[in-house]
Amino acid sequence: MKSEEELFNILKTKFNENVIKLVKQPIDPFIICDPLMINEISLYLLSNEELLFDNLMNLSGVDDANGKSTPIEGIATIEGGTLSVYYHLESTKFRHKVVLKVCTPREKPEVASVALVWRSADWHEREAYDLLGIKFLNHPDLRRILMPYDWEAGYPLRKDYANPEFYHGMKVPY
Amino acid sequence: MAIKTEEMVLNMGPQHPSTHGVLRLELVLEGEIIQKVIPHIGYLHRCFEKHCEAMTYPQVIPYTDRMDYLAAMGNEFGYAITVEKLLGIQLPERVEYIRVIMGELQRIASHLVAIGTYGADIGAMTPFLFAFRDREVILNLFEITCGARMLYNYIWVGGLSHDLHPDFVRLTREFIKYFRPKIVEMNELLSTNRIFIERTANVGVLPLETAINFGITGPMLRGSGFKWDLRRDDTYSVYNKFDFDIPVGEGKVGTVGDCWDRYYVRILEMGESLKIIEQALDQLPEGDVTSAIPKRIKPPVGSVYKRVENPRGELGYFIISNGTTSPFRVKVRAPSFVNLGIMDVLCKNHMVADVIAILGSVDIVLGEVDR
Amino acid sequence: MSYLDTQFDDNIIIAKVDDLFNWARLSSLWQVGFGLACCAIEMMATSASHYDFDRFGVIPRPSPRQSDIIIISGTVTLKMALRVKRLYEQMPDPKYVISMGSCSNCGGPYWEHGYHVLKGVDRVIPVDVYVPGCPPRPEALLEGLMKLQEKVRNESVIKKSA
Repeated sequence: MKSEEELFNILKTKFNENVIKLVKQPIDPFIICDPLMINEISLYLLSNEELLFDNLMNLSGVDDANGKSTPIEGIATIEGGTLSVYYHLESTKFRHKVVLKVCTPREKPEVASVALVWRSADWHEREAYDLLGIKFLNHPDLRRILMPYDWEAGYPLRKDYANPEFYHGMKVPY
Repeated sequence: MAIKTEEMVLNMGPQHPSTHGVLRLELVLEGEIIQKVIPHIGYLHRCFEKHCEAMTYPQVIPYTDRMDYLAAMGNEFGYAITVEKLLGIQLPERVEYIRVIMGELQRIASHLVAIGTYGADIGAMTPFLFAFRDREVILNLFEITCGARMLYNYIWVGGLSHDLHPDFVRLTREFIKYFRPKIVEMNELLSTNRIFIERTANVGVLPLETAINFGITGPMLRGSGFKWDLRRDDTYSVYNKFDFDIPVGEGKVGTVGDCWDRYYVRILEMGESLKIIEQALDQLPEGDVTSAIPKRIKPPVGSVYKRVENPRGELGYFIISNGTTSPFRVKVRAPSFVNLGIMDVLCKNHMVADVIAILGSVDIVLGEVDR
Repeated sequence: MSYLDTQFDDNIIIAKVDDLFNWARLSSLWQVGFGLACCAIEMMATSASHYDFDRFGVIPRPSPRQSDIIIISGTVTLKMALRVKRLYEQMPDPKYVISMGSCSNCGGPYWEHGYHVLKGVDRVIPVDVYVPGCPPRPEALLEGLMKLQEKVRNESVIKKSA
């Protein structure tokens, strides 16, 4: 069992400037990492004998909505700010857990894919791409997963998403 | 003349009696042998996460019911303890015990549907009818508790909506007495049935390393021989006060981790759930179940990930609070969603008919896959 | 030989074509074995041992081409709506639709924020009977079916009703 501090120090010595900081909060403190290096950090966490984070519990994309909000024709459009991805990891052998977070700019959201490190990340990343538009670089099969493949109205879980009036001739709003 | 061969693509679903809902599978075949399975999901995407952002914390609970609609109590349970962790409130003992009883009754009901429909998929209609007969008894217990058969809105943040009905304890004890022989009956009818074993043993074998790397949880992981149950390994509520076993697949009729093992783990788990319910009924303390419900739920800024053992595996809620009365973001780690991702690996080099056997043993609920 | 067989030897029964057809139709309404969401579990419970849909002549058929009714049991999403429409089109006439549950009646709890939910299946196919509830109890579905039988009983081969 390793605490967050120890894990952070291990990662900091190995990856120095790519592991940015440890954010302390009463429940689930998390470590902020570089979005383009997250695949290598993940591989290290999985393969290191003393860490063995073999289970990716959850991967969630989040729209931080911390940019400038300007209403255009009644719809609040957000410019700037970040989208982020949280990784909840666990080791089934040592029972320690860690939370990683990466932030990526809203205009060009790109994160390195961890789908080849933990295969369970495959569908989670597709879901984050589908609902939030985060592009996972080197993902084996990055397509929409929940929404129809021909959905053109954007990414629904973004805070400034506006629903279309019609889809294939069917009225969408109530 | 050269013989020209090509792969055939077979479409299965979304309307197919054995896909347990609206799943669509694209099977790439070479003759009768499956080369690749491409699942297409999202036919039941009901925008759960968007709803959470628009609702207040208590208003989300009815929507959690509708995710895994076969295990609605489990979903509420998970959501409630996640928000309680965020709020940092302590619950009366009675609430915890009633939650455990409900969760375990729900586990039996859910496994009954899984087993019954699995039998029906493979061609045995009788287990389906028997399982639904027994499930009705559990649904009646839920109905006297909170008035609903399937989607309860019973477990609230900080407590429960009602106390138990005065007859509940007696009726539940009667149910336990009634249900024990039914498990034996199901074993005689299905588990040891020659045709059933032929269809499921040595089919869809899931090795343990693959299972962990794919994030597989629940009866599927235990079917592969790994003693991993969040009720014990990451304990929550009052599960540490009960004595129960964690059944794992042993490869009794085939290889460890085949379809039969996954099925049989569910059968054994029903017996373990009965044990837990019995102990919980014996120890059930007195108290007020609504006293700890907060008047206004407004958690501090922060994020939390909490998980519970649902009948299908690890159900996790990731909630970000920004200090208002509604969540900023809720992400659900749905067990069926993750478990379904392994279909391609399990089905490879099997026959078309085995897809049904494998899919049934994965036991998905599409409401949860798509949310 | 049962009692009835011995009573009507060499007899002729005269009935209206409408009555005969309607009687035959309403007593064997085969449904498409097709579930969408939560309501599908209640539909399964209705066809299983306790409620026994079979006594009304309702048997699930795997193919829409052999069916008379389709029970839309659950939330119809935009992705699924096109498939539901195609299923309906594949069914032979006369065909009937029961919309089961709030979601397929009007969008149910998802009516406001459901960006991917069709707000009522009647936007894509015509519905004969609406069964309210979320989910409706099996008794409610049986009532809905009896309402549909009532409708079938009053149909006419020549006069097309509504």
